[in-house]
Amino acid sequence: MPVVTSFRWLSEEEKYERFMERINAGEKIEADDWMPEDYRMTLIKLIAMHGISEIMGALPEKEWVPKAPSLRRKLGIMAKVQDEMGHGQLLLRVAEDLMAPLGKTREEIMQDLFKGDLKFHNVFHMPAPTWADAGLIGWLVDGAAIITQTNMLDASYGPYARALKRICAEEVFHAQHGESIILALAEGTKEQKEMLQDALNRWWEALLMFFGPGSAATTGTSKQDITIKYRIRTKTNEQLRQDFFTKYVPRILSIGLKLPDETMHFDESKGKWVYKQPDWNRFKEIIRNNGPKSKERLRLRELSYHNNAWVREALSGQSAAV
Amino acid sequence: MEGRDPTMKITKPEELQQHPEYKEVLVELLFQLADDDFILSYRGSEWLGLAPHIEEDIAFSSINQDTMGHAAMYYQLLEDIGIGKADDLAHQRPSSERRNAVLLEEVNGPGHYLSEPRYDWAFAVVRHYFYTQAKKVRIDSLKHSSYEPLAQVAVKINMELYYHLMHWRTWFIQLTNAQGEARERMKKAVAKVFEDFGGVLTLGVKGDRMVEFGLIESEKILKQRWVQAMKPVFAEVNLDLPSEFGMKRGNGRNGEHTADLDEAIMTLSEVYRLDPLATW
Ligand SMILES: [Fe+2]
Ligand SMILES: [Fe+2]
Repeated sequence: MPVVTSFRWLSEEEKYERFMERINAGEKIEADDWMPEDYRMTLIKLIAMHGISEIMGALPEKEWVPKAPSLRRKLGIMAKVQDEMGHGQLLLRVAEDLMAPLGKTREEIMQDLFKGDLKFHNVFHMPAPTWADAGLIGWLVDGAAIITQTNMLDASYGPYARALKRICAEEVFHAQHGESIILALAEGTKEQKEMLQDALNRWWEALLMFFGPGSAATTGTSKQDITIKYRIRTKTNEQLRQDFFTKYVPRILSIGLKLPDETMHFDESKGKWVYKQPDWNRFKEIIRNNGPKSKERLRLRELSYHNNAWVREALSGQSAAV
Repeated sequence: MEGRDPTMKITKPEELQQHPEYKEVLVELLFQLADDDFILSYRGSEWLGLAPHIEEDIAFSSINQDTMGHAAMYYQLLEDIGIGKADDLAHQRPSSERRNAVLLEEVNGPGHYLSEPRYDWAFAVVRHYFYTQAKKVRIDSLKHSSYEPLAQVAVKINMELYYHLMHWRTWFIQLTNAQGEARERMKKAVAKVFEDFGGVLTLGVKGDRMVEFGLIESEKILKQRWVQAMKPVFAEVNLDLPSEFGMKRGNGRNGEHTADLDEAIMTLSEVYRLDPLATW
């Protein structure tokens, strides 16, 4: 008990020292614990972006929910997209708790999204013009998400680590859902196979970009140094991308698909995949909401937000009256 | 009129071979049930990502999944009888062969689900609530259907309906009892839904035969039960419950439909139609 009371009287430097001791000892930081400002701000940015990406990520697949080609697929993709919205909700709650001491709410998160201050993942700015895209998103985008999220399962911030644990468990089902769609196409007619290869070609660059630039030098900024320092994650962007290749390149080839990058190979001497770099300038443009579908999808979100303003108003009036 | 043994039960699809008339009427009823749930679930799925808040998006989507699951169970009953494959029945039939109520095929509002949707949440709440209550009344009756495979499906569906009904009732009361714009919008939606609600409550031209064969109770009884269930809710929100409901845009049970259904079928079967014989 005396230790707790005296904590308040420590200088900022001492508090910071204590905090870093806890981080380095692998302890979990909780919402009400003291934390340095840059830790809080990094988490808010990371988790709000993750949460909003789940929600924006529902949009490309949502396009295919009403169109799924069988009753079973309709049920499967409905469940999958619903899960993604659920992830979004879970994460926004974690972000809201972190924002509370700053006097900010979910309303600010949505406004930041509309203003373009809050980014969402590059993959969700891309078009999904065929049913094969819906399958590919489940298989490889969720597959990539599993890799990045697993990397943060032991994050020093307890509420985020716990949310990720639940999310990762569901992501495994998503990858299976996607794989099942993909396998049906891969074993299907000539047209179905072509549709699948086209989708892979279309998504390849976005998938490489998904893990982020290799270093800050590539795009000017990178959160990876600070997130590693605070033990929010362990591996670098490039390590994650390599893990993705190791897991998925053999699978892609085994179902009869061609890699969209002909130069790609595994360099035995370096123990690394060698591949053609995506266009990182294009990446910067995409996450600035200048991707092929950025405006359209933001418009959908914004329109539904305004269109339902009367509902929120009615609900808030009611709670005020109680 | 051919008399019927009131204790007659059909336990397996194969037994239907000896009862061709019964089978014909049963098929008609199953299409009504399947098509109602299928098209409303489709309309619900267009709302995905557009609901008033994220929590509602999740809850609504869960209800849509259940409802699509119910449609799939009814189409499976039809498949078991030998009418066709469930997926073909859901995706391939033209609007003239569909038996859903016209109210359920109506678009969610102006715009398209991918472009400039200005969907009407008041209409969504009223349509879903009134339909779900009608479905509850129907399912309670079907639990005693003479066609046992249908009675078994009704028992399963009933377990999920409690939550759906509670969900929509809560929205209905909350928004209708709110003041100002919300109440006005809700009143407009109620009037709009009643114009075609008769189409939900009817059993179509073969309704009398359905009753005779013990498949379901009469339209009149079902309607009375619906009114009984709604009376206290209407009192709570201080609205009048009409005694008659319209079928302004036709009787879907007889294959009368609007262009909204044709357009919906084109969308929901877009991928299926690329190759109906392929495995997807
Ligand atoms: Fe997710
Ligand atoms: Fe996922």
